Amino acid sequence: MDVIIENLPQYWDGFLRTLFLSLVSGIIALIFGTVLAAARVSPVAALRGFSMTYVEIVRNTPLTIAFFFAAVVLPRLGVTFQQFEVAAIIALSAYTSAFIAEAVRSGVNSVPVGQAEAARSIGMKFSQVLTLIILPQALRTVIPPLINILIALVKNSSVAGAFYVLELFGQGKQLANANGDAVMWVLVGVAFFYLLITIPLGYLASVVERKVAIAR
Amino acid sequence: MSSVLYDVPGPKARRVSLIGSIIGVIVIGGLLVLAVMTLAQQGIFDPKRWAVFQLPEVWALIAAGIGATLAAAAVAAVIAFPLGLLLCLMRISDNAWVRVPTRIVLEFLRGMPVVLMMLFVLLVFATSSFVAVVAGLVLYNSAIFAEIIRAGVQSLPKGQREAGLAIGLTSFQSRLTVELPQAIRRMLPSLVAQLVVLLKDTSLGYIVAYGELLRAVQVMADFLGPQYLFPVFFVAAAIYIAIDLAVSRLAIWLERRGSKRAAGGVAHVPVAGIPVAK
Repeated sequence: MDVIIENLPQYWDGFLRTLFLSLVSGIIALIFGTVLAAARVSPVAALRGFSMTYVEIVRNTPLTIAFFFAAVVLPRLGVTFQQFEVAAIIALSAYTSAFIAEAVRSGVNSVPVGQAEAARSIGMKFSQVLTLIILPQALRTVIPPLINILIALVKNSSVAGAFYVLELFGQGKQLANANGDAVMWVLVGVAFFYLLITIPLGYLASVVERKVAIAR
Repeated sequence: MSSVLYDVPGPKARRVSLIGSIIGVIVIGGLLVLAVMTLAQQGIFDPKRWAVFQLPEVWALIAAGIGATLAAAAVAAVIAFPLGLLLCLMRISDNAWVRVPTRIVLEFLRGMPVVLMMLFVLLVFATSSFVAVVAGLVLYNSAIFAEIIRAGVQSLPKGQREAGLAIGLTSFQSRLTVELPQAIRRMLPSLVAQLVVLLKDTSLGYIVAYGELLRAVQVMADFLGPQYLFPVFFVAAAIYIAIDLAVSRLAIWLERRGSKRAAGGVAHVPVAGIPVAK
């Protein structure tokens, strides 16, 4: 137990970095994922094709490969970063946006047909139908799955710890090396900090599911 | 292609869309060409670099990597599924003394990164990296399997259980012989989709130094020299993605087939950030 209390500053540092990675990647992924979903339902065939291909490939790419690409392969190809956090954010947001796009698309499909028909019949064009009528309703219905994706994102950010970023998992690995006699408690501490983010988020998802989201 | 979201495009809209598509293709193609040219400048397409694939040893290492990946995934899946079934039965048990602790354990397992569990098993129990990878995958995925099957059981009409109890089955017998078979069948697409996740997660074994495909790439690049990193990585990533795509296709096929065959169709339940393809 002592080892956790003694190293609280490192834990806290890692915790904040995990939060930072998740938050920045989450925001980028939400925006990019929504754009991808919009492209997927758009009238332009090239956009549909691009979005479909991107989602299909990225969803089936192991996260470690995405990280390996961003952190190891990219620098050797001349794309260098000052900090490895940038590589982690690239990998995480590119990976997560594919899942967000799928979720938002299923939300778009869940909006009753009449909504789009009514919007079109009063003369709205596609961009207006989507941004004013469909997306606001679609995003609302997919809040619980989106929160679940964000939970997965927080957990996925742990992979960054293996690619030179000292977030929670990376700090845990270092502490485990430094405190060979108390490895178990070190890792229990790491687990505690992860649960500190994921369990409240999970609770939030179930509350939102029950109360806020509109039933159809 | 018509959609409820927009009017069937007229000649003008079709022309605009076509021009937009062509510009888009040109832009993406341009970016690709730029990337390829940057790579070419670095000598990536130097035939010498790709000549490594003439070495049988390289293919042997790649094959060993694939073998290790598939072995970990297969062993983990075979253990995780029955365990998930058991956890599911405990999670929906009538006895609160069983149900509540199981629920806490499941929440705990689902809230933790898989790689942390792998590291925990590796360091605390001082196991081989294979055992650590399998244990991490089993712990996490059995929890997810349990939640998926539970969602399946709950999606069944109430009458199934009532009928089971009415003909004199015990609660447990009704679960086992009436509800679970239907639940598993309904959730088959989600279960296979989770298998894809499990397969993808074997790549986390890289972090705990398990000799899976990505680690094999790293070993080769270290051994042959960094100039071979890109070709080897490229081939390995392509193989990894191809395997995952194949299993995903299987999930989609099962879903299409299942929605015709399974009573009441198959259900979609997004679990823990893995939205099921619709």
